[in-house]
Amino acid sequence: MEMLSGGEMLVRSLHEEGVEYVYGYPGGSLLHVYDAFYQQDSVKHVLVRHEQAATHMADGYARATGKPGVVMVTSGPGATNTITGIATAFTDSIPMIVITGQVMSHLIGDDAFQETDMMGISRPIVKHSFSIKHPSEIGETVKKAFHIATTGRPGPVVIDIPKDMTMPNDRHEFSYPKKVKIRSYAPPAKGHSGQIRKAVELLLGAKRPMIYSGGGVILGQASEQLRKLVRELNYPITQTLMGLGAYPATDRQSLGMLGMHGSYEANMAMHHSDVILAIGARFDDRVTNAVSKFCPDAKIVHIDIDPSSISKTVTVDIPIVGPVDSVLDDFLETIAEIDQKPDQKAIESWWKQIEEWRKRHGGAYDKNDNGLLKPQEAIEGLWKATNGDAYICSDVGQHQMFAAQYYKFDKPNRWINSGGLGTMGFGFPAAMGVKLNFPDEMVVCVTGEGSIQMNIQELSTCLQYGIPVKIFCLNNGYLGMVRQWQDMNYEGRHSSSYMESLPDWTMLAESYGHVGINVETKDQLQGAMEDCFGKYKDRLVFVNVAVDPEEHVYPMQVPMGTMRDMWLSKTERT
Amino acid sequence: MRHIISILLENEPGALARVVGLFAQRSYNIETLTVAPTEDPTLSRMTITTSGPDRVIEQITKQLNKLIEVVKLVDLTEGAHLERELMLIKVKASGSQRAEIKRTADIFRGQIVDVTANVYTIQLTGATDKLEAFIEAIGPNCILETVRTGVSGIARGEKTLSL
Repeated sequence: MEMLSGGEMLVRSLHEEGVEYVYGYPGGSLLHVYDAFYQQDSVKHVLVRHEQAATHMADGYARATGKPGVVMVTSGPGATNTITGIATAFTDSIPMIVITGQVMSHLIGDDAFQETDMMGISRPIVKHSFSIKHPSEIGETVKKAFHIATTGRPGPVVIDIPKDMTMPNDRHEFSYPKKVKIRSYAPPAKGHSGQIRKAVELLLGAKRPMIYSGGGVILGQASEQLRKLVRELNYPITQTLMGLGAYPATDRQSLGMLGMHGSYEANMAMHHSDVILAIGARFDDRVTNAVSKFCPDAKIVHIDIDPSSISKTVTVDIPIVGPVDSVLDDFLETIAEIDQKPDQKAIESWWKQIEEWRKRHGGAYDKNDNGLLKPQEAIEGLWKATNGDAYICSDVGQHQMFAAQYYKFDKPNRWINSGGLGTMGFGFPAAMGVKLNFPDEMVVCVTGEGSIQMNIQELSTCLQYGIPVKIFCLNNGYLGMVRQWQDMNYEGRHSSSYMESLPDWTMLAESYGHVGINVETKDQLQGAMEDCFGKYKDRLVFVNVAVDPEEHVYPMQVPMGTMRDMWLSKTERT
Repeated sequence: MRHIISILLENEPGALARVVGLFAQRSYNIETLTVAPTEDPTLSRMTITTSGPDRVIEQITKQLNKLIEVVKLVDLTEGAHLERELMLIKVKASGSQRAEIKRTADIFRGQIVDVTANVYTIQLTGATDKLEAFIEAIGPNCILETVRTGVSGIARGEKTLSL
């Protein structure tokens, strides 16, 4: 058997897991590991400028590919800087491995230099975590970490490694385990057939059915099954912020997103439905509005791989615990077997009603005649310029909602945003993680002048590694979503939501060796897009788009109301 | 309603912290908690008493089950079960009080395990309500100190919580 040092074992284990890139930042406690990196070329290391960005890069990669992203940082501040990124991944159930250095084991607890209790700090925001006690544990621990991160409901796993576990001269026998067994961990492999049958019968008997699908469909790679089911039944579908793209947005049966900034037709249809099929969605408070008033007439079927998601906020009638792909396969089979068809007449009149709702609002917004772009127009322009086929990595705020509403995602894994935690600063590094792994695809970070400054330092990383993402910054000079709430609920008192002293974005981009383009008026947008994806195809382009600061995101649900209580514009309420 | 949740836990560093942390981070209530290794040194057995509406108790058991170190879990209050708690209670016992306290301890089947001229230390085992009844019977004025282990529980009959 081979004799390896702990540092070598770690790098070898990552290679065995098929890891191509590790995103990280070196430091004292990880120097042995970084030395092991240096002496091989199968696993590449990307040096970020701030550890938070490393986590978002890994996260973006994971969301685009379904494979776990790997982060490596040193102890103390290196480790604590990853916390926001780990929490972001945890909230959205993203597989990620975070390897943190730790001080020598004999120093733990002594308040040593760059010591922090990473196991303790990260505990509430990880799926699991490991602390290495002996170098010979490294292979098996890495194997377990990948297994836990990627199976069941995915999530981030931390491996904390004291420096003395990776000493170059402390060599041990190494072979990477082929299989892993954890006696207390067995994610469900299949849904309960009796429950599935009951659910199918309820679904086929529905008069006003709604399919409500979420991020679980994307994580569970069940987009194909979802499409089959929705088309087979001819039922309307709405998708959560996390689920966009699993079902094509441009399809007739898609009612768009639901919830706080969901479409009028989706929220109305949810409210009036009699049967809801929730698939890999978790009845988040940004979806349900007031739980006690949520969809009063609906019987609810809920498919989820995590039993704790079932009846957590909204009580469901038929729970099905299992992986969405296999459960949906079973649904399709049961529908084929069963001697029952949807109630054609009822479904027809349900669609008629939905079409009326669709006509009433359907994402309409007023345009300016003074040449100033509305943010919605900017997103529509981006959608056209990219043929709706780009990877869109969003930051958090109004631009995120506009992108979710107006960039019509027809494919899964293309819409990458921090939906659960709402992490500003996520979009740009996430886009970098995607672009690095899909160099031939269009990868765009949709952001605002607030969010982009939370990880702007990564412009430098992009230059070093040649990562030509496009930054599409909807610049309204305000923290737009904060301002919107202040307009609506605080009589327009814009407390700390105005950004003075913004940099010259084109000069900033240029100073990092990239391209900057200003879009000041409507008529400049198309040309800018052409340059961005044409002339400057292989360059990072920062497109600074001036948009109307007065604009709000609509529809917007009225807080504590039902699904159908919405503001449709500044003056119109349902 | 009060529930007694019994858990088989991997006997590993950090496992206890994960359980306790879960209760803290999700704002669940812990009334008592006991933990010790079992006959299998790789496993600890933990008993937690908690209370809350059914929805919360359901979430507690589901969230506990999600912890990787939790091997098995049962809500003992769902079936017939035994629960015991041990209390050591130090009371003032001088003059005429001494006989009275001894009698009360006997009624509750407590044992006086340490004696000084003015103090008895009494050991008492039983379900939580029995210990509380004893505290009430003795009265707050003569209690100097109490220490309780928290509840340990086990199902009645053939049912076992094991691998």
